[in-house]
Parts: sequence; C-alpha cells; structure tokens
Amino acid sequence: MNLNATLIAQLVVFFVLAWFTMKFVWPPIVKALDERAKKIADGLAAADKAKADLALAEKKVVEELRKARESAGDVRSSAEKQASQLIDEARAEAGRIIAKAREAAEAEAGVAAQRAKEALRDQVAHLAVAGAEKILRREINTQVHAELLANLKQELQ
Amino acid sequence: MAGNAPTASEYVVHHLTHLNNTGHAQENIVDWSVINIDSMFYSITIGLLTVFLLWLAARKATSGVPGRFQGFVEMMVEMVADQAKGIVHSAESRKFVAPLALTVFVWIFLMNAMDLVPVDLLPRIWEGVYASAGGDPAHAYMRVVATADLSAALGMSCGVLLMCLYYNVKIKGVSGWVHELFTAPFGSHPLLYPVNFAMQIIEFVAKTVSHGMRLFGNMYAGELIFILIALLGGTATAFGFIGHVIAGSIWAIFHILIITLQAFIFMMLTLVYVGQAHEAH
Repeated sequence: MNLNATLIAQLVVFFVLAWFTMKFVWPPIVKALDERAKKIADGLAAADKAKADLALAEKKVVEELRKARESAGDVRSSAEKQASQLIDEARAEAGRIIAKAREAAEAEAGVAAQRAKEALRDQVAHLAVAGAEKILRREINTQVHAELLANLKQELQ
Repeated sequence: MAGNAPTASEYVVHHLTHLNNTGHAQENIVDWSVINIDSMFYSITIGLLTVFLLWLAARKATSGVPGRFQGFVEMMVEMVADQAKGIVHSAESRKFVAPLALTVFVWIFLMNAMDLVPVDLLPRIWEGVYASAGGDPAHAYMRVVATADLSAALGMSCGVLLMCLYYNVKIKGVSGWVHELFTAPFGSHPLLYPVNFAMQIIEFVAKTVSHGMRLFGNMYAGELIFILIALLGGTATAFGFIGHVIAGSIWAIFHILIITLQAFIFMMLTLVYVGQAHEAH
C-alpha cells in the first residue's frame, strides 16, 4: 500500500496501450462494423424491392393470363361463326346446283318428248297415208293430196 | 516456502509484499525511487496481450460474416462505442477516448482476472526460480494482481486526470477553463473565487483518488480474502480442506462478477470524467 514510481510507469503504459488501440485496433473494427451495417441495410432494401417486384410480376402474369383466355375465346367463337357460315354457304350453293341440274334435265326431257311426238306424228301421218293408199290404190295421188295430208297432220297436233 | 513453515501472519505479509527494485519491502509510504517489478511485469504483459488480442480481431475485421472471436471483440467495441457516444459529446475527442476506454476495460478486466489464478501458483513458481538462482526464497516476493497495487491503480486514474485537464484546456481554452475554475460552482464574485477554486481542486483530487482507490480497494480486498482462504486450506485438516474448497469456489465465482464490474466501472468513470471536461459549468 505504498506509492512509488510504479505510478508513473503505469501511467505511461496506460497511454501507450490506448494509443496502440486508437491507431491499429479501433479504426478497422469500426469501419468493418459500419460497412456491415450498410451491407445489411442494403440487403434489406434489396429484399423489399425484390418482394415488391415479385408482387408486380404476379399481378402482370394474372393480367396476361386473363387476356390470353379472353382472346382464345374470341378466336374460338369467330372460328365457329366462320365455320357455320361456310357450311351455310356450301349448302346454299349445293341447293342452287341441284335446282339448275333439275331444270336442265326437265328441259331436255321436254325437248325429247316433243321430238318423239313429232316423229310419232310423222309416222302416224305416213301410216295413215299408206293405209289410205292401200285402201284407195291408185286413186290417190300423193302430189294432189299433199295439201290434204298436211291438213291432217295439222289436225293431229 | 522452503525451510520452516511460515506463520499465518508471515504468509499473508509475504503475499502482500511487492517484488521491487530494492529487494525488500518498501519502508516509506511514498518513495519515488522504488518501482514494483511484479506489477510492471504483469501489467505490461497483460497490456500487450490485450492489444494483441484486439489487434488480432482488428486485423481480420471485414464487413462479411464475423467469426466467434471477431464477433466477441466487435460486441465489446460496440458496447464501448455506444457508451462513449452517450457520454462524450465530441466526435473528435471520441476518436481517442473510445479506444482508450476499450483498452482500459479489457486490460483491467484481464489484470483483475489474475486474481482467479490460484493464489500460491505463480509466487511458488517464482520462489523456486529465485531459490535455484541462489536467492533466499523468503525474499522471493511476487504479487500477480497489478490492479491490487495502489501505485498502478492511481497511475491509471492519474492518466484519466491528465486527459481531463487536457480536454478542459482544449475545449474551453486556457482563459475559459481558468474562468471556470474560479467562478464555478458558486458563481462569479471576487469573494467566491477562492472558495470556487478550492472546490474545483477538491473535485479533481477526489475524482482521481476515488477512481484509483475504488479499483485498488476491491482488488486488494479480493486478493486478501483469497489468501485467507488459502490459509484455511493450509491447515491441512479435513475442515480446512472442505472449507477451502467451498469458500474458495464461492468467492471465486463471486469474484468473476467483481472483476468484470470493477473493469466496467473504471471504464465508465473514465468516460464520465472526460465527458465532464467537455461540459461547461
């Protein structure tokens, strides 16, 4: 419990150690601490931003999906419409073609019947003339009675 | 000790005598020609260990993920930095005061922790070395707790006093500080000048003496109790052995609190006193 020169020596050591710490220990540690604090703050901010971005992207995806679904529906309904239209058109065309064909066939049949009738009439006239000739023999002159025959033919029509 | 077993009082006195440059116990209360070799050895060795450990952490300090040791040192740095920020309101002064407070905290803690080393271990080794070198083991003094040396403890508190004086002059200027010395705390009146000045001087002396004495007293008392507990075991009886184990364990566990607390108090008071030097009355 005595005082001696240890006091002075200890005082000097005290300041030397403090100086060393101030020079070589404190600044790097404090720098590292500050840098780490900044890093953490940046990391947290980045995480927040990423979260916000994610939410935004999800919203966008939902929107795009909705749009795609809508346009797909549009495409399908317009395709159906077009298809039914095509079918209708085809049906109408077919009807037209059939009607035309029927008309043509009917016309042809009419013409053929007319021709057959005329041929038949000719033959009947000839047969009648030939029959009459056979009956009358020489008394009938073809040139003389041509007018008569023509009238007969007219009547048969 | 070799030869005759010492009496209890001889044992205690032997343990409380410093190894100094004179080779025997100091006779005068104050003698500036004497220096305690053991205190200087342990405080410088532990001081170097302190700054080495701190430097080890500082060398590898990065902003990446810290290891356990680095994390531990960073925790202390942060604790000291926070305390300093709250007490010393000058960023410029903190550049020196905060590292100083950290050093003081770790250094005093480790010096105090020497109290937990078995009280006879290092002195007995020293006695052996001293005797084998041809000395009288009865004069092989050694005290391992540097903070239980009044000179060492007051040396550190005087260091704090010097800092207070330095910052008083630096912050307030010579005239400002002299003005404060004579006008605070009672006010500016010629009749009050001597009273104010006396109060200021008493304040500085009281701060410094109590600062050093508090640390010294606690560590000295703790060391003395360890010595007494060792005496109990020295009786070599069943009661002494059991008493030594129980009392030694309890006191050592309790002492962990004291050594940490005293180191913390010394650091905090250093900051408070330096902080006061920054504030005008």
